[in-house]
Amino acid sequence: MILPRRRFLLLAAGTAGAALVPVSFAPARAEADEVAALIRELAGEGTVKAGKVKLDVPLLVENGNTVATSVVVDAPLTGPGRVASIHIFADRNPLPKVAAFHFGPRSGRPQVATRIRLVTSQTVTAVARLADGSCWKDEVELLVTLAACLE
Amino acid sequence: MANALINLPKRAKKGETVEIKVLISHPMESGQRRDAMGKAIPRDIIHTFVCAWNGEEVMRAEFHPAIAANPFLSFFAVAEASGTVTMTWTDDQGATHSQSAEIVVE
Repeated sequence: MILPRRRFLLLAAGTAGAALVPVSFAPARAEADEVAALIRELAGEGTVKAGKVKLDVPLLVENGNTVATSVVVDAPLTGPGRVASIHIFADRNPLPKVAAFHFGPRSGRPQVATRIRLVTSQTVTAVARLADGSCWKDEVELLVTLAACLE
Repeated sequence: MANALINLPKRAKKGETVEIKVLISHPMESGQRRDAMGKAIPRDIIHTFVCAWNGEEVMRAEFHPAIAANPFLSFFAVAEASGTVTMTWTDDQGATHSQSAEIVVE
């Protein structure tokens, strides 16, 4: 597991770096609000809480073109509280939706792994929607040193 | 779309959870890039992946342009009966690629 101290140091380094560089970028990007709206839409009437979901992405991404990402949900695949789907969002990608995975009765475990693209340092969110309508999420704020190319 | 790799055990016990790993070669052109002339390169991605065990759906994935080129996916299925596990990928050009693997459940 990753030490909280490591996460703290990475975030501290990122904040210091951002403070030194004057802000001068404005390419097409999604916003955190957009992700919040997408999660809202997903949840409908249900609640959205933190927990149950574990999103595993590197905190320091060397190459944004291919970022190993995995999501595990601590909930069963049968019964009323079963996991219906897992969704991944990246708030500062040009398009915040990354992927969605739908599970059926033949699925073995509410767990998936894939490789994603990240255009810049940002927060990646994983949301699990359960059959009872509740949504659970996990967020990871990470640094991207080489962006997924837009050129 | 042509080359796909499917990795799942050849044998499993009934009721066992098996990991399935799939990889397919595809550029996953995001639609965000421009060519040397400044013209937008049209989007061409695999948008849907389905895994079926003897015709019964195990897992369905929707991909967006933020999935890396040559999409890799790992997921789990319950081994209930021997038979064919079929993976189907569909891309923006309407092309589909299906590939199967056999598994013996005892």
